[in-house]
Amino acid sequence: MSLLDIQSLIVEYHTLKANVRAVDRVSLSMEKGHTLGLVGESGCGKSTFGLSTLRLVPPPGRIVGGHITLDGTDIVNCSDEEIRKIRGKRIGYIFQDPMTSLNPVKRIGAHFVEMIRTHEPEVSERDALKRGREVLERLGILPERIDDFPHQFSGGMRQRVMIGLALALGPDLLIADEPTTSLDVIVEAQIIELLKELKESLKLTLILITHNIGIVAETADRVAVMYAGRLAELGQTDDLFEKPMHPYTQALLDSVPNITKKGQVLSWIPGAPPDLAEPPPGCLYHPRCPHAFDRCKKEEPSLTKHNGTYVACHLCDKR
Amino acid sequence: MSLRSYIIARILLTIPMIMLLLTFVFLIIRVLPGDPASLHFEKNASPATLLAFKRELGLDKPLLIQYFDYLAGLVRGDFGKSMQDFSPVSQQIFSAFPATLELAIASTIIMVVLGILLGATAARSYNTAEDHSIRIFGTVSYAIPVFFLGEVLIMIFGIYLRWLPAGGRMYPGISPAGLLIGGQRYATGLYVLDSLLEGDMYKLYLSIRYLILPSLALGLVLCGIFIRLTRSNMLETLQLDFVTAARARGLKERTVVYGYALRNAFLPILTMMGLQFAALLAGAILTETTFSWPGLGRYLVDRISFRDYTAIQGVVVFFGLLVTAVSFVVDILYAYLDPRIRL
Amino acid sequence: MSDDQTRGRMLVPLMQRIISLEQSGLAGWAVLSGTAIVVVLAIMTIFSPLISPHNPIAINVGPILSPPSYQFPLGTNHLGQDMLSRVISGGAIMFQVSVISVIVCLIIGVPIGLFASFAGGYADKLASLVMDSIYAFPGLVLAIAIAAMLGPGVINMAISIAVVYVPSYFRIIRSQVLTIKELPYVEAARMMGANGRTTLFRYVLPNVVPSIVAVATINFADAILTAAGLTFVGLGLPVSTPDWGWDLTYGRRLLTSGTWWVIAFPGLMVVLLALGFTLIGEGLSELYNPRLQR
Repeated sequence: MSLLDIQSLIVEYHTLKANVRAVDRVSLSMEKGHTLGLVGESGCGKSTFGLSTLRLVPPPGRIVGGHITLDGTDIVNCSDEEIRKIRGKRIGYIFQDPMTSLNPVKRIGAHFVEMIRTHEPEVSERDALKRGREVLERLGILPERIDDFPHQFSGGMRQRVMIGLALALGPDLLIADEPTTSLDVIVEAQIIELLKELKESLKLTLILITHNIGIVAETADRVAVMYAGRLAELGQTDDLFEKPMHPYTQALLDSVPNITKKGQVLSWIPGAPPDLAEPPPGCLYHPRCPHAFDRCKKEEPSLTKHNGTYVACHLCDKR
Repeated sequence: MSLRSYIIARILLTIPMIMLLLTFVFLIIRVLPGDPASLHFEKNASPATLLAFKRELGLDKPLLIQYFDYLAGLVRGDFGKSMQDFSPVSQQIFSAFPATLELAIASTIIMVVLGILLGATAARSYNTAEDHSIRIFGTVSYAIPVFFLGEVLIMIFGIYLRWLPAGGRMYPGISPAGLLIGGQRYATGLYVLDSLLEGDMYKLYLSIRYLILPSLALGLVLCGIFIRLTRSNMLETLQLDFVTAARARGLKERTVVYGYALRNAFLPILTMMGLQFAALLAGAILTETTFSWPGLGRYLVDRISFRDYTAIQGVVVFFGLLVTAVSFVVDILYAYLDPRIRL
Repeated sequence: MSDDQTRGRMLVPLMQRIISLEQSGLAGWAVLSGTAIVVVLAIMTIFSPLISPHNPIAINVGPILSPPSYQFPLGTNHLGQDMLSRVISGGAIMFQVSVISVIVCLIIGVPIGLFASFAGGYADKLASLVMDSIYAFPGLVLAIAIAAMLGPGVINMAISIAVVYVPSYFRIIRSQVLTIKELPYVEAARMMGANGRTTLFRYVLPNVVPSIVAVATINFADAILTAAGLTFVGLGLPVSTPDWGWDLTYGRRLLTSGTWWVIAFPGLMVVLLALGFTLIGEGLSELYNPRLQR
């Protein structure tokens, strides 16, 4: 039985000018203990996707279709109170920018106390602080620092605090939305190591959202590639990296600089992501795809399984 | 920068401002076309009367001497002498001021509370009819002259419905007496407070009854800007990452809205209160006249009709100094409360 | 690039923003409805001699204090004057006072603001100090002081209001100029050899214009309300001119007689006119500085 099951999720942003479909019929399911890497360019809808599992899509965005089921609970249709209880306790969320995700006028301890006591009101403030200290220590931060304010921490430490807050109540599912994007490379490596280690010891189910394919390669069991709100490819990490099937995935992998290959010209993907207010017909990627042919311009490819990987591409159907 | 050095810097900045302010008022009254003394009599006085009059008020001295006398007098708390009966203007000011202060406080409460409540409601129901109507209300209320609104309120509640008094500050003959300490009564001049201190509930009831309409008029007209401020502040804050992060941790919506979002709107509201104080005083002048409220504003308007220019000067100076003092206090308070300066 | 071309390039985006109404949403509607209100009232006032049914200052055209009727749709006041005619003609003073005060403010406030803040240094500090001192006063109080000394009259009222408002122009212009002064493209212009005056007029000024327009419209609204306030306090005009402010002032003594029409209609007109200008001002500021990006 899967822990998280998402069926054909549709999330739209309704503005005065247009309706933009940020997530278009994406389906996914997560088994317990698995790690999924969700990659794509900025604006492809992966953050929106992540937020919708907690029903936190910011207005004017709304979930307009599909189902999200967490271990039996219907997330889309459950009451406000029910989703509030799920947030933090059953699903933990790590945000991209730790500097702005913590309340600048509250101490770290206060963050912990507030959260723990909201979900478990019987816990006293002292015990909540104790648990907070334990969490900090587990993450490699001196427990005394629980009395500090967010701005007194460095970027990497702040992100650890965020991870700590996300895991403090022992959730089954952890969603990390670009957890290392605002950090430098060395700290990024440390955080990824930390996530891997926590994943092992806590038996976490993890969704790692990022535009950095590199970190996905070493942490994820499966990888999902999103483009313009739709799933382009979804498969086992090793398969995807060895034999990417969707042209977009291929282009993404090609664009990662490789210092071992001498004299290699940096490659990039020409063009720009489509304006989702007026999306092109057919396959959304066709304007930039080197292999595009007639069918791509008219008909939208559906996600079909090829050798254990799901791909949405007419090219693969042909083969 | 520590708080202390900030205060000192602020004082150093305020002193030249006060000097300019005082000089400005002096120039207006003494230097603008028309000598205040002759204007007072409208050319109906004999030269002898005029001279004696001027001498009594010190208006016959050279302008520069008058200027220094004026400044020196202010330091002593002397705001000049009334042209009508040569009584010290400062006496009138200090006896009329508490009424204005009470009106100002009551109006501020209404203005801020209404503003925050409506602003928060508008922010929470963003882009709905409720939001739009609140915003429209905020814009329209500012365009209403406060004395017009006052007149309307008097007509509806004072004359037509007869629920509330149509003017004045208190039922004739009754005066709240204040606190009794060792046989002596100490009154603040604020009727609501004095009634409370005296423990007389009937006086308290009366004081409030007379206070409602004028402070409602003034508060309504000025609350628009607080509605807008609260609304935009909350909308911004509610979008901020740490609010979304707080929600992601499963905190109750009420905690998020009031604990996180509103807390951040508080400081700008405080500053705005300080900025609006000047507008409050200006509005008080008109409100007091409309409701026959015996405050400093009405005193000023009285003096205008008597062409009592020295008294006008005294009151204007007082108002200017008052506003400067309040701005100063608000600035210091802001510096104290803003954690970025403190921490 | 010639001066005309530069100006053209600056103006086009300005105009574009006003013209594309569907895109402007609420702010666009505010500007449109505000302008409509102001234009209608202006036309009404200009053509008032032609359209008012009776002479607004003629007394005893009808019975004293009669309620709205078919003959006198807005009733009559204590002098038997027709309220409808008074309402149609009563805006003249308000318009005159506000227009004159805005012109005075522009003539005085804009140059001071531009030059002082652009030059910086002592000029800037001195100007700021003076302006802040004036700004410290409650607007009406200062206007009262000046109007009391100058005497009644449209020009005097306008001057009193203008003096009170100049600091607002100064502040807005100053904050804009200070920001623009530091912008890279202004520095680039200087490096290419543009002297002070060219930089000021060609680069800084066009960008400050939107804010000036916004302040000016709010100035109109405030001028109207302050003019009404001055009249209410007794510093208005001689009785003979039809004026909404005057009707509101005198109406106070009639409150107890229940003759609501004497103040309701003039009051409504003042609110409408002030509202019109406020809508334009608010709409414009929202268009040029959109606050919420959605």
